[in-house]
Amino acid sequence: MAVKQQLHNSLVYFLAFSSGFSIMGIELLGGRILAPYFGSSVHIWGSIITVFMLSLSLGYLFGGKLSTLNPSLKRYGLIFILSGITVLPIALWAPNIMESIFIRIEDTRYGSLLASMALFFIPTVILGMISPYSIRLLVEDREKSGQVAGRLYFVSTIGSALGTIMTSFYFVLWFEVNDIIFAYCTVLIALGLIALAFHHKEPSRHE
Amino acid sequence: MNRYIIGLIAIVFCCSLQAKVVHQERSMYRNIVVEDDNVLRCLRFNVRTSKTNQSCMFKDDPNKLVFNYTKLLFASLLVMEEAPKNILIIGLGGGTMSNALHQIYPEAIIENVEIDPAVIKVAREYFGFFENGSVTSKVQDGRIFIKRAGLKQQKYDWIILDAFNGDYIPEHLLTREFLAEAKQILTPKGVLSSNTFSTSELYAHESATYLDVFGDFFNVTHENNGNRIILTTNFGLPSETIISSRAKELHDTLKPFGVNTIELTTFFTSTKDEKDWPSDTKVLTDQYSPANLLKN
Repeated sequence: MAVKQQLHNSLVYFLAFSSGFSIMGIELLGGRILAPYFGSSVHIWGSIITVFMLSLSLGYLFGGKLSTLNPSLKRYGLIFILSGITVLPIALWAPNIMESIFIRIEDTRYGSLLASMALFFIPTVILGMISPYSIRLLVEDREKSGQVAGRLYFVSTIGSALGTIMTSFYFVLWFEVNDIIFAYCTVLIALGLIALAFHHKEPSRHE
Repeated sequence: MNRYIIGLIAIVFCCSLQAKVVHQERSMYRNIVVEDDNVLRCLRFNVRTSKTNQSCMFKDDPNKLVFNYTKLLFASLLVMEEAPKNILIIGLGGGTMSNALHQIYPEAIIENVEIDPAVIKVAREYFGFFENGSVTSKVQDGRIFIKRAGLKQQKYDWIILDAFNGDYIPEHLLTREFLAEAKQILTPKGVLSSNTFSTSELYAHESATYLDVFGDFFNVTHENNGNRIILTTNFGLPSETIISSRAKELHDTLKPFGVNTIELTTFFTSTKDEKDWPSDTKVLTDQYSPANLLKN
């Protein structure tokens, strides 16, 4: 049982790490994606960071709420799969979405803010749900809840740091932007499926 | 012997005193420094290296151009069939190019686009950047200006891309999509001149990208410092005889600005004759444009 518990926890930490990695990787590509339509003025990053912070904050709230209703690895996995699916439109339709905003809004501040909302809001809200949900899956007793939360933040924020540096230093040099986005989609969905597989191996755990 | 040393010290001392900072400010994008010495006033975007002078002018003779690259930009006039009427300049610097062009072609509409409002302010206050009904400036990202101009179906017969410096390259101004947007707002006889600093790997990627969009182009280079003017047109490249006859025509007009058009013709090389980069070089696109990483 202890071994199984350890495996369960390692999986959750690994998934939280990956979500942190993906969030910052995608945020960084945001600058690249927006530049052709809204330029590289300082306020472009202002728009992107604002939208990511806003989405994450809402994601934390929803994720925390969701974790009170029959928490399970199955639902956890579904959050990942959903996040992967909602990242996909960034690669598929970004130019069309940005074009239509570009034509309607002259001011690049509001144009880039709206474009960031359209592209990144939904996937980032869903990715934000992962952290609080992870804590729910990890915490066994109240005494250790702070420690678990601290460790979870540590792991997911290290993931974010690595996602940032890998994407900006290397991925953009080796791959096209859309290929990187597709890779993030694939990884998120695959991780979700792994969580589902684990859920079926330990069906009675959280019910 | 001692006298020489003292003399030398005196010279060094006097001249280092003479090169003084007249203005310094930190804008949203960079450090802006305006520096005076005996003869020159220079605009710098970075303090540490001396390579990054953006714009200089002779204090006693503001018309005369100081920099080779600004002089090289005038090579563009040798491939134009007639005087430019609508000129778009992306990247203002001290505004010296705009000022010079306004004097040569007082009738021409000149639009300057600069991302950093502080640069426009400094150009006005310290470099005599001149604006009137036909010479204007706008604070905007160059890519956005050109995209909007395309939507409004505006046309220019000369686009000057001068938004690059040795330190940082706006990556979205170096892609196939961007160059196609710029080409779209050129008149059928239009010319696009790009002042770039690409070295090493980026040189090849930049060349491949221009070739992909415009076909063969001229490189205009003088000193071997990585700085070159890429000269492209919307109608193919004119022959050597046309260029040298244009050089003769324009010789007296450009002389007061310190530009020797006859000498300029010797700085031309055509990619028709030689493509000095690997033929399988990847074209830069909005999807793949790590220009600042390729530069190193």
